[in-house]
Amino acid sequence: MIFILLPFVEMFYASLRPLDHLFRSPYQFYSDDLSFWAYREMWNTVPMLPRYIFNSFFLASVTSIITLFFVIPAAYSYARFKFPFKNSSLYILLAINMFSGAVLLIPLYKVLRTFGLLNTYQAMIVPGVAFLIPTAIWLLKSYFEKIPIDLEEAAFVDGASRVQILRHIIAPLSTPGLVVVGIYAFIGSYAQQFLFAITFNQKKEYMPIPSGLYEFIGYTTVKWNEMMAASLVGIAPVLIIFLFLQKYIVAGLTSGAVKN
Amino acid sequence: MNQKLKSYTAQTYIAYALIAPAAIYIILIVAWPLLETIRLSFTNSSLAGEDYIGLENYQKMFSSKKFNGIVTRTFVWMFFSVSLKLIIGLIGAVLLNANLKGRSIFRVLVMPPWVVPIAIGMLGWLWLYNGYFGIIAGVGMRTGILDGPFGFLAYKQSAFISTIIADVWVGTPMVTVFFLAAMQGVPRDLYEAAYCDGASRWDRFFKITLPQITPVIITMSLLSAIWTFNSFEIIWILTEGGPRGSTTTLIIDTYKQALGNYKFGRGAARAVVVMILLMLFAGFYLALLARINKKISHE
Repeated sequence: MIFILLPFVEMFYASLRPLDHLFRSPYQFYSDDLSFWAYREMWNTVPMLPRYIFNSFFLASVTSIITLFFVIPAAYSYARFKFPFKNSSLYILLAINMFSGAVLLIPLYKVLRTFGLLNTYQAMIVPGVAFLIPTAIWLLKSYFEKIPIDLEEAAFVDGASRVQILRHIIAPLSTPGLVVVGIYAFIGSYAQQFLFAITFNQKKEYMPIPSGLYEFIGYTTVKWNEMMAASLVGIAPVLIIFLFLQKYIVAGLTSGAVKN
Repeated sequence: MNQKLKSYTAQTYIAYALIAPAAIYIILIVAWPLLETIRLSFTNSSLAGEDYIGLENYQKMFSSKKFNGIVTRTFVWMFFSVSLKLIIGLIGAVLLNANLKGRSIFRVLVMPPWVVPIAIGMLGWLWLYNGYFGIIAGVGMRTGILDGPFGFLAYKQSAFISTIIADVWVGTPMVTVFFLAAMQGVPRDLYEAAYCDGASRWDRFFKITLPQITPVIITMSLLSAIWTFNSFEIIWILTEGGPRGSTTTLIIDTYKQALGNYKFGRGAARAVVVMILLMLFAGFYLALLARINKKISHE
């Protein structure tokens, strides 16, 4: 427990302390003038910070929307129809999850370079979506499966079209599932914004928070209190979303990967 | 009969049509790059162009002592990291499953390292490991364990251990949550029966809980091995594979060759090795999963 939380506590604590207290030798455990000063000053030290925050949110939102767009029909199909290669293709999806993006970087880098797409938002979104699709399909499939098929059949007998069934029966009933999968995709893409970001993008305007802050670590004098403050600002949104919805997310993920 | 057959094929078409967008996307962004990587590994591709050079990349790679060291190091790193994750995760899950006050809060509090973007979490660890002003060095100096500033990431061995610890920090919550979910799935009456028979706490754990969650433990160790093997951000941010290569794992080496030096061919050869190893892991995992599913459906 301490092991898990200590880094956060110390990050927060360091963010409250004045810089000269942090850089004092011998080591000091406490400072008497704690303040949120670093939270104001960081906007000057990291001038692009608002932009990074915007980028992170923008990238995560677009990535998760695109993911949902691909995943909804596929998951519905897996939940409702029987067809050849159904199970084997589901397992292939699981296997994709196990490939790290690092293996695919070389061809992707070359293609993006050829099409002049390096240093754009697309360069970070396109590979991001691919790595969210497999889990998202598994998750959403299990939600669709919980909707009783009788409902659909009854509607079908009553002469409803497929589109009507989708709109009036499936969509409302699967909203909670869609929300969970959407949030999974959002947190997932928010969290994966490093590898693709440092590889495919060198432009500051397009950097998400992690790669933006990472740049500053290389400098000789790192203003650690402000760095920690900025990091916490970067962490906060996902943490807040997660705390509110952790029950659903954890239940969904654990059932998908262990029992399916 | 004929009608049934017809509707069956019609259904199949619809099913495929619905899956097609996702499938095509995956083929373009995942499957094609995999094949292209294999092709590139037989070339000397770089920013300047490429020529077919046969097995040269592989011959050079396998005959280099450095590369063999990297492979060994990757497995040692993985072994320690995965074992620690499993042990701590198991203990954590037992504690969180026990009837303690405030356990629902603790259950939530174990999870942050898992959800927080790894890269940002690692910025925090960089500060903790800071040799002069970080809290770990601070406590060490105050208590006299360290007789001066100590850069945890600046020396070969300490950097190796430090990256493992940070990796364990990231990976443990998830393992814990999965173990906990498995423990909660163990039928209550098993414990009640054991309790009536006067089984001790230890007995109940070793004779009921542990055997019941063994499938989950095995799947989690494989999954966790795969993720640990793939771990890139943690090492990259903390040390970039240094000092003097002491934390360079296969993934880091692949990245360095391919995108640090733009030697795509050499990088691709390494990526192929990574791929083959991952496929072995994935094969094990899927075979295991299929067996467990079969068992469940038989019961």
